Amino acid sequence: MTNAVGRFHGGLHLEDHKACSMQSAIVAAPLPEQLIIPLLQHIGAPLEPLVKPGDHVFKGQLIADSDANLSAPVHAPSSGTISAIEERSIPHPSGRAEKCIVIETDGKDEWPGDRQTYKNYQSLSADQLRTIIRQAGIVGLGGAGFPSHIKLNPGQHQINTLILNGAECEPYISCDAMLMQERPRDIINGLKIIRQTVNARQCLIGIEDNKPAAIAALSNCLNDDEKQYIKIITVPTLYPSGGEKQLIKLLTNLEVPSRQHPVDVGVVCHNVGTAIAVADAVIEGIPLISRTMTITGGAVNKPANIQSLLGTPMRHLLTACGLDDHKLQRLIMGGPMMGFEISSMDTPVIKTTNCLLAMDKQETGEPQTALPCIRCGECAVVCPAQLLPQQLYWWAKARDFDKTQEYNLFDCIECGCCSYVCPSHIPLVHYYRFAKTAILEEERDRIKSDRARDRHDFRLLRLERKKQEDEERKRKKKELLKKVNDDKSDSKKSEIEAALERVKAKKQATRETEQSRDS
Amino acid sequence: MNEYALILISTILVNNFVLVKFLGLCPFLGVSRKLETATGMALATTFVLTLASICSYLANEYLLNPFGLEYLRTITFILIIAAVVQLTEMIVHKTSPLLYQVLGIFLPLITTNCAVLGVALLNVQTGHGFIESALYGFGAALGFSLVLILFAAMRERIMVADVPEPFKGPSIALVTAGLMSLAFMGFAGLVKG
Amino acid sequence: MLEAILILAGLAIIFGLLLGFAEIRFKVEGDPVVDRIDAILPQTQCGQCTYPGCRPYAEAIVKGEADINQCPPGGEVVIQHLADLLDVEPKPLNADNGEEKEQKTVVIIDEQICIGCTLCIQACPVDAILGAAKQMHTVISDECTGCDLCIPPCPVDCIYIVPLEPELTAWKWPLPAGEQA
Repeated sequence: MTNAVGRFHGGLHLEDHKACSMQSAIVAAPLPEQLIIPLLQHIGAPLEPLVKPGDHVFKGQLIADSDANLSAPVHAPSSGTISAIEERSIPHPSGRAEKCIVIETDGKDEWPGDRQTYKNYQSLSADQLRTIIRQAGIVGLGGAGFPSHIKLNPGQHQINTLILNGAECEPYISCDAMLMQERPRDIINGLKIIRQTVNARQCLIGIEDNKPAAIAALSNCLNDDEKQYIKIITVPTLYPSGGEKQLIKLLTNLEVPSRQHPVDVGVVCHNVGTAIAVADAVIEGIPLISRTMTITGGAVNKPANIQSLLGTPMRHLLTACGLDDHKLQRLIMGGPMMGFEISSMDTPVIKTTNCLLAMDKQETGEPQTALPCIRCGECAVVCPAQLLPQQLYWWAKARDFDKTQEYNLFDCIECGCCSYVCPSHIPLVHYYRFAKTAILEEERDRIKSDRARDRHDFRLLRLERKKQEDEERKRKKKELLKKVNDDKSDSKKSEIEAALERVKAKKQATRETEQSRDS
Repeated sequence: MNEYALILISTILVNNFVLVKFLGLCPFLGVSRKLETATGMALATTFVLTLASICSYLANEYLLNPFGLEYLRTITFILIIAAVVQLTEMIVHKTSPLLYQVLGIFLPLITTNCAVLGVALLNVQTGHGFIESALYGFGAALGFSLVLILFAAMRERIMVADVPEPFKGPSIALVTAGLMSLAFMGFAGLVKG
Repeated sequence: MLEAILILAGLAIIFGLLLGFAEIRFKVEGDPVVDRIDAILPQTQCGQCTYPGCRPYAEAIVKGEADINQCPPGGEVVIQHLADLLDVEPKPLNADNGEEKEQKTVVIIDEQICIGCTLCIQACPVDAILGAAKQMHTVISDECTGCDLCIPPCPVDCIYIVPLEPELTAWKWPLPAGEQA
């Protein structure tokens, strides 16, 4: 029984695969020996470490921060010693190694005394709450990793609706469902704090109808006051109903226009996991140092939802869930539709890790080679963003990036519905990702070349100006020299003339005296 | 009123100058590689055709016929068309220098576009009055523009499609033009008489 | 006979006057197409195209003296953009002008060896080298375009070319399987 207000275009009915990981309650992972904290776990500027190798850190201590507003600091997930700040492999599609802070845990897992809590958060201002949330290092835990304090700053926009995203539409992932079942009160507390920060009028929690226990738990947890402004809305189970724009359409029937954000239609959307992190940070004073994630897939014997400290190597968690190395074909971080492959199991989990999917041969399937496009149009039927994937494919294939942007390439949410239905097994999302980053690189190059052109033009101007100044100086010097020469020659001339006069006068005088003597 | 509508429909669809009468094929194939260029060319040709059609009619009616100088028709029309094209060139150069650069030689070649001279001569042949001549020229231009833009849009898509190697480039363009022509023949009989 | 001559001559004169007037009325200043081409070129100002900078090359293209495939730093991407702009066929990079670099590079000065002669500063087309006579010279790597014009003048060979490693935020997704570059 769903009471969604709207519906979105396209979408796919996919098999759940969630039941196997929901058989037991969330357990905390055992403490690992080493924690690896990458310095870029969010969308924004990378962080600068505030500790150096050899330092002792307590649990929850701030270890890296940045001056940039678009960033979120990281904290030590457990007490121990900083053993190194070096390049380690990070969970990123490139498989690169980037700078990480490595902590050797001391097993004591101790906090530094009392934590700063704000149990009476109602008295705090929105700015103060945002500062606390930023200081706690909270980013969007739904997968994107956008620093939450920025999303919680609507600026000039009036926020009508605050939405909590409990849809969790991707197969295999069940961490949000379990959190809603086990910690509904924390979610509601987080919701109220966020509501206060953005000054939203009403709150909606969207949950897919394949999670009856979660719906029941949240509904029962609301008291009468809260029921006045918090509504739980059940949406039909359809991938990708958990996409931000799709969920907003389902819950409010509002369409977020192309290239704009939900805040432009007066909506703010957060993941239920983020809400819990906010509640923990404000009410309990716990920064973001751990998160719940689903460990599942055909290659683990005991799939479950684990609350893991951030920075835990993936191998540690997979072993805890009974990983069978022989069965493991591919390790994915994220779900089967939008996740990416992890090449090394020593990679740590980060703030945006919501699932580790250890696929066996059956789940990976046979590798398919792409056949030519038969222009069937199935991709356009299922696209939740109402794009034309076939056209985007042709233009991206021809490297005509202007045309891809004409067809709204950047509205693509990379959900993978089009690739899933393509009868020719064309990896459509790869093409769009390739086109997007190529366009961004061209944009960066264009800015750089504009600057180079300005500098070159200024250099030409500078050289021209220098030449003119030199010539001006030369001309002035010449004039001065000429003037001096003229003066000199003038005075010389008058001297000569004076001397001639004197000689003439003398001659005259001598002649007169001779004449007077003769006569 | 009816006749005017008939003239328009006839020149745009039924007796389309490019696909049915096969006039003006040079810019049709030469400028249709990009949609923006094709649109620019369509606008330029529309301007030229309408103006030339009107001027030719006036010249024919008031300068040539009264003095019995029908034998000067062709050269007078060419003179008029050349002047109008030169004017159009200047206007295009001023308003959109990029279009001017891109159209290149095809802009002055509108002078030799057989559709333009064809319209002027056909007006005389069918004995159109002033408004009919103007509409005939305008309708011809609309038909030309329609086909040019359609063809350019299709060529853009064909260029990035999986065309077999022997057909790539002008070959597939001509095949497409032929198929379009077949399609437009379906309009025959739309206008009775 | 006379009427024919008069009419034709009359028409010609009228049109001539009209066109002359239009010529003045619709005069075009400058050359905006050169600007559009210059906006596409990478502004490396390296001179590999045989012209002393990117703008002279753009002007040569418009004049018809230069082809669109003479810019190695721009590579295929720039050739494709120029071909799209000018509605001509794209063609491969002219090997006579140089090769496209595999990876973007910048230069770096070894301060220990630098003697402060300012020859490299005079060579840099974008003033990306900071320094003065007998003072330390250094390259502002953010502004360096990788043109390598400073390497020949240096008397002590203290300038080295280093590859520019892209940051994590500048990482590009590779081509999908089966696609050629």
